[in-house]
Amino acid sequence: MSAPQTYTRPIAGWWRRNPFYRAYIVREMTCIAVIAYALELLVGLARLVQGREAFEAWLASLARPWPIFLNCVALLLIAYHAWTWFEVMPKTLPFINLGGRRVPDRTIVASGAIAAVIASLVVLFAFLYL
Amino acid sequence: MKRSNKPIFWSLFGAGGMLSALIGPMLVFLTVVAVPLGLVSKQTMDYSRALAFAQSATGKLVLLVVISLFLFHGMHRLYHTLHDFGVHIGPGAKALCHGLALLGTLVAAYLLFKLGWA
Repeated sequence: MSAPQTYTRPIAGWWRRNPFYRAYIVREMTCIAVIAYALELLVGLARLVQGREAFEAWLASLARPWPIFLNCVALLLIAYHAWTWFEVMPKTLPFINLGGRRVPDRTIVASGAIAAVIASLVVLFAFLYL
Repeated sequence: MKRSNKPIFWSLFGAGGMLSALIGPMLVFLTVVAVPLGLVSKQTMDYSRALAFAQSATGKLVLLVVISLFLFHGMHRLYHTLHDFGVHIGPGAKALCHGLALLGTLVAAYLLFKLGWA
């Protein structure tokens, strides 16, 4: 006996119907940029193990137009990920109380953004001068 | 009762999401945009400096944590996004997604081990 035929509402293209859903899908798709960057680092590490010549060839391959374009797209996506990550932090964190009052949402978002700016400046300093 | 493994993968997703939100844009900008374009000195990421970094304890830790957590974050999100697109692929695909992140971590650890210590 075959299974009963039940109606399933089609979901193809559901996210194109509403700007909120579109933003959600772009946010979720930033994961591709995060994965791609991790793999890029992994390849660089493998080239480093292979020696000077291989590593320098890898650096040269990054300086071609297409990789630069794709990495700029990845940069935009990861920056969007960062912004959305802090934007939803009031919802992903448990309530925080300070002095008997709940810390307001915008303070949490602002703290996250400020932490990111400070952490990025530390990375920039270490990369350039340490 | 069988305990759920969800908290483990959600923690890795969360840790990777937080790390990539804090320093991801700056790392991408410096290593794969600014250096290839020559916006910063090529010496910041030339062979000898990259090697010295990857042979130091701090450098090994940074590279391993960044590669591993970025992968766990991205693969976990990718798995859930496939579901949003109507691809219901079940526990096998979930294991594959997390397995690939684990594989990437192990490869990174092996490469860092092979590079040795300065």
